[in-house]
Amino acid sequence: MGLAKRIIPCLDVDNGRVVKGVQFVDIRDAGDPVEIARRYDKEGADEITFLDITASSDDRETMVHVVEEVASQVFIPLTVGGGIRKVEDIRTMLNAGADKVAINTAAVFNPEFVKEAAEKFGSQCIVVAIDAKQVSEDPAKWEIFTHGGRKPTGIDAIEWAKKMVDYGAGEILLTSMDRDGTKIGFDLALTRAISEAVNVPVIASGGVGNLDHLSEGVKEGKADAVLAASIFHFGEYTIEQAKRQMALAGIEVRL
Amino acid sequence: MNTVAVIDYGMGNLHSVAKALEAVAENTKVIVSSDPDEVRKADRIVLPGVGAIRDCMSEIRRLGFDELVREVAVNKPLLGVCVGMQALLESSVENGGTECIGILPGKVEYFGDDLRDPKTGDRLKVPHMGWNQVHQAPMETGPHPMWQGIVDDSRFYFVHSYYVEPATPELIAASCDYGISFTAAVTQGNVFATQFHPEKSQHVGLALYANFLKWDGA
Repeated sequence: MGLAKRIIPCLDVDNGRVVKGVQFVDIRDAGDPVEIARRYDKEGADEITFLDITASSDDRETMVHVVEEVASQVFIPLTVGGGIRKVEDIRTMLNAGADKVAINTAAVFNPEFVKEAAEKFGSQCIVVAIDAKQVSEDPAKWEIFTHGGRKPTGIDAIEWAKKMVDYGAGEILLTSMDRDGTKIGFDLALTRAISEAVNVPVIASGGVGNLDHLSEGVKEGKADAVLAASIFHFGEYTIEQAKRQMALAGIEVRL
Repeated sequence: MNTVAVIDYGMGNLHSVAKALEAVAENTKVIVSSDPDEVRKADRIVLPGVGAIRDCMSEIRRLGFDELVREVAVNKPLLGVCVGMQALLESSVENGGTECIGILPGKVEYFGDDLRDPKTGDRLKVPHMGWNQVHQAPMETGPHPMWQGIVDDSRFYFVHSYYVEPATPELIAASCDYGISFTAAVTQGNVFATQFHPEKSQHVGLALYANFLKWDGA
């Protein structure tokens, strides 16, 4: 027995409420983030990730309060992403009780920011979030996209992941924009390619529709952790069910 | 009213340590302080830490916490967490070699860039990040009071690339396996220290903090 593979429920938070869109449209309200985080903690979530999908600064304040509230009741690692652009943003979230921050767009526009953040706060709290889309099949190639998958950058996803680790990223949160919200499973080829290219943990994200998808992400995708949102929010499955299913598939989990 | 002081030397997330202590503190006041005089007055002391050891050590020295730790460890329970544990050893290989406080004999080593699972040969990622089983060490004097009510081999949350190698095995309070068997907790006299983060280890972590608030040292 050794290190367990992690299950990370992700809460997309908009103006203090948990929402989940299907490919960034059709946003459904899934409830109060503090209540949901507490439920996931009880069910055995290994970490919780909050993605702040709001744009206005007033709503950022709301997010800080959500993190504060959760951190005083839930004693597992908390990651916050969305709108992390400056050193002060990181400090604010860590002070509120977050353990890690996920940097996405800001890393693309200013890779030095990742370096600066890792030097200041340590690699252990810097997650670089990568949104990738397949741009060619043979040879398989993926490219980094920003703005919720709308804007191509011309950057190769594998090269980018390596560069971000060199710059100090302690973990990679990898989302397949092709799969996000589709419920047909992770992009396993992408996940595996990135996981094998870097020596830091990779969290697979985007496309989970059933519990077998989680096991595939670990076994075939070589992910160190799996992230899912909607299958947990709307009561389709509990975290505990997910872990039992993964254990049956021969994956080491924390039960 | 007892007090527990969390040493604030400006590194990382002390709030989660303070919040976890507050969640289990009965008749104990939790303070977070960067003032050695205030910390000195507390009944129990926690030295947390994240990030790189060189920066941690330079801040610890600048604020005079190296002296304070040497002094209080003689007569008060002291808990080191993660880099706060590593800082208690003599030296670390991190940042090209860093001198540490040195109240515990031994050094801090790196997992290496080619760590492998001894059974499968698979490459293991560094940092060692996530929930791993902590094997409590049989101590000569019987089970350590810090493990009271915590089932052996419980999983705790780790995130680190360096690990402690005490000079004598008697110091080992727990071990963990990740490519190699490494020290997950050490103890000597009034000092107890963990490589994992109890504040992020859900109920088992809170149980360890509750035990610390009851422990009067050796």
